[in-house]
This record gives sequence, C-alpha cells and structure tokens, in this order.
Amino acid sequence: MPDSPAERPRRIVARREGPMLVEGPVEIVLEDGTTVSSDRFCVALCTCRRSRIFPWCDTSHRRHSPAPRPAADH
Amino acid sequence: MEPAVKRPYAEPELPPSRGAISAALIEYLRGTGPLPDDAVLAGAEPLGDDLQLALYLCYELHYRGFAGVDGAREWDPELLRVRAALEKPFLAALRAGATRHTRADEALDELLVEPVDGEGVSHFLQDKGELWQLREYAAQRSVYHLKEADPHAWVLPRLWGRAKAGMAAIEFDEWGAGRAERVHAQLFADLMTDLGLDPSYGRYLDASGAEALAVVNLMSLFGLHREMRGALVGHFAAVETTSSPGSRRLASAMRRTEAGPAAEHFYAEHVEADAVHEQVVRREVVAGLLEEEPHLDADIAFGVDATGWVEDRLADRLLEAWRSGRSSLRTAV
Repeated sequence: MPDSPAERPRRIVARREGPMLVEGPVEIVLEDGTTVSSDRFCVALCTCRRSRIFPWCDTSHRRHSPAPRPAADH
Repeated sequence: MEPAVKRPYAEPELPPSRGAISAALIEYLRGTGPLPDDAVLAGAEPLGDDLQLALYLCYELHYRGFAGVDGAREWDPELLRVRAALEKPFLAALRAGATRHTRADEALDELLVEPVDGEGVSHFLQDKGELWQLREYAAQRSVYHLKEADPHAWVLPRLWGRAKAGMAAIEFDEWGAGRAERVHAQLFADLMTDLGLDPSYGRYLDASGAEALAVVNLMSLFGLHREMRGALVGHFAAVETTSSPGSRRLASAMRRTEAGPAAEHFYAEHVEADAVHEQVVRREVVAGLLEEEPHLDADIAFGVDATGWVEDRLADRLLEAWRSGRSSLRTAV
C-alpha cells in the first residue's frame, strides 16, 4: 500500500498562528529529558509557548478581548 | 433471560410529564392513551418545559429508548407527525432569536477571541463554584454527555471528502479511539461517580430544566434532518471551538473543590482533545463542507449562532439561581 503511514512522510500542518498539527501517535522529548506521548490521530503542538499543558496546545494563543462575548460556554 | 443485576445503561424509565403535551405523549408511549391533539400542540411555548420534554422524548426513541416502550414507536408515522409539529415552533424560535451571521467564518471567528473578564458558567464555577453547584452542573449536562458525540454521528453519511474524513476522525476520538474506557461518555460517567451522582443513562432528565433540554434537542434536531447538515456542522464547530478554554476552567473548579481525579480528568482531557478538534473541525469539516456545498454557508453560521444562544439561555438560568443561592434544578439530586 503506497499510502500506508509507514511508507509516506509524516504530515505536519504549520500555520503562523495557532498550533502545529502533527499526525499521531507522537513521542516528544522535553528539555529536562522527560518524554511525553500521545496516540491521538492528530496532536496540536503549542508554538506560542503560552500553553499550560506544553507541549500540547490549550488554545492559549487566542486573542483576548476586554468585553465578555455573548456566546457558548462549556 | 434478563440478567439478575441491573445493567448500568439499561433503558431509562419514562419521566413525569410537564404539561398537557408531554402528559399525552407519555400515555401514548405507554400504550394507554392518544397522542396530543392539534389544539394542544398549537398552544405550546416553544422553549418551555412541556414542549422541550415532549421533543426530548420523541428524539430519545432514536438513541436508547425507554423501558416499557415498544421499539417500533421510533418510526411510528403519527408520532413523527407530532414530532414535526413540535420541531416547527422550536426551529422558528431558534431562527428568530439566534441568527446573527450569514457566514460561517464570521460566526466562528467571534468564538476565537477569549474575553479577559468572562462571565460564563465556567468562569463562575472556576472562581467560586461550590461542590453542590458542580453537582447540579454535571447532573444537567449528563442529558448530553452520557451520549456525547452521538447526535453528530448522523451527519456522517451526508458528508463527503475532507468533511467526512475530518468528522469521522473527531468522532473516533470522542468514542475513545477504540478503547471503551476512554469513550467520553464513559469519562463523564466516571466524573458523575466522583461527584456522588448516579451515572445511569437518563437518571437526571426530570431534574433538568427546559434550557438544558433545549441544548440536547438542538443537536438531535440538526442531527436527524439531512437538510440541516450545515447547521449540525456549525453546531459541532461551535462546541469544539469553545470547549477547550471552558474545560480548562472547569478542570480548575474540580481541582479546587477536590471533586476527584475522574471529575478533573474529564475536563483536562477536553482541554487537550478539543484544542485538536477545533483545528480539524474548522480546517477540514467546515472548510471541506463549504468546498463541496458552498450554499450551506448561512446554515453553518446558523448552527454556530443557535448553539451560543441555547447555551446562553442555560447559563442565565444556572447563574441566576446560583447567584441568589438557589438550586438551578427542577428536582433535588
């Protein structure tokens, strides 16, 4: 199968704003030598460095507005 | 032979009625009375308890059904006619009250800006929520979270290409990526157990107000009608886009109140998962559907707007009760 994951390069989607999207599973070595992994079909890697769950994205890159917005809340 | 022990997710009991429509409907489902007549249906308040419960009962026949109700009622033409008569005023109220955008990107872009001083339910619970309020929140969310991602499955056969592949990938993740213990509905059941709630399917239907039922009825309405596939996708995109920051606040509320590891994990998992889902739903599902069917742009925007609107109505009910120290529930849990 020419399109099997093992025979094609891993796809990474990069944008200037927002996380880098990498096809899972991934294993990431952090600067202190520890390793974290995720077997999600796609992982969002933080590039803004504001994430509180680094290296994973937690949407902390989003713009902030002073006024409360009238929208859905979880 | 029926097993001796109660299955954890057995068909739930029919709930008590909340008015003339739901009362007649429940009798009909039990096989002991006629359907509500047109005069009764015409008098319904679109967002009130009676209509919302009646609609919920009609829809639930497509999910898990009710104990003692004939499975064939799911496709009973007379019952479907009544359902359509209930859907019409509900949808009209949604369109009139919620519509603010005609373009999907404009509707979604608004959700990508985080307010500094947010005043939603998750902000309240993070800052000062007490355990009893977290329990009330979880009880009312359980009418959806115990079937998390199920209403959205109906859209899959109606999509094609990128939209379908993206939607299926997210749903696979929602359903545990092949592992039963990771199914999000199971993670929510574990959260309920941590909070001392009963995780049986449908257990808190009677405790949940019309506003909480409307949130689920909206998903079922959009999911069950192919012609509303744009709205379903818009709804799903709105949920995935707002979920990650909201879940971070709720995880923090669970941690602060020492609700338990499973309670905290449910929301922590959604911080990470929904940051991914948001990207996939916007870049693949919404963009893919617009590529295939550009005429659905306004429908997608409506799905986004309608989701925010029903969530705001629920938030108003919860916060109004809690700020005055009252329970937000119809019946105590």
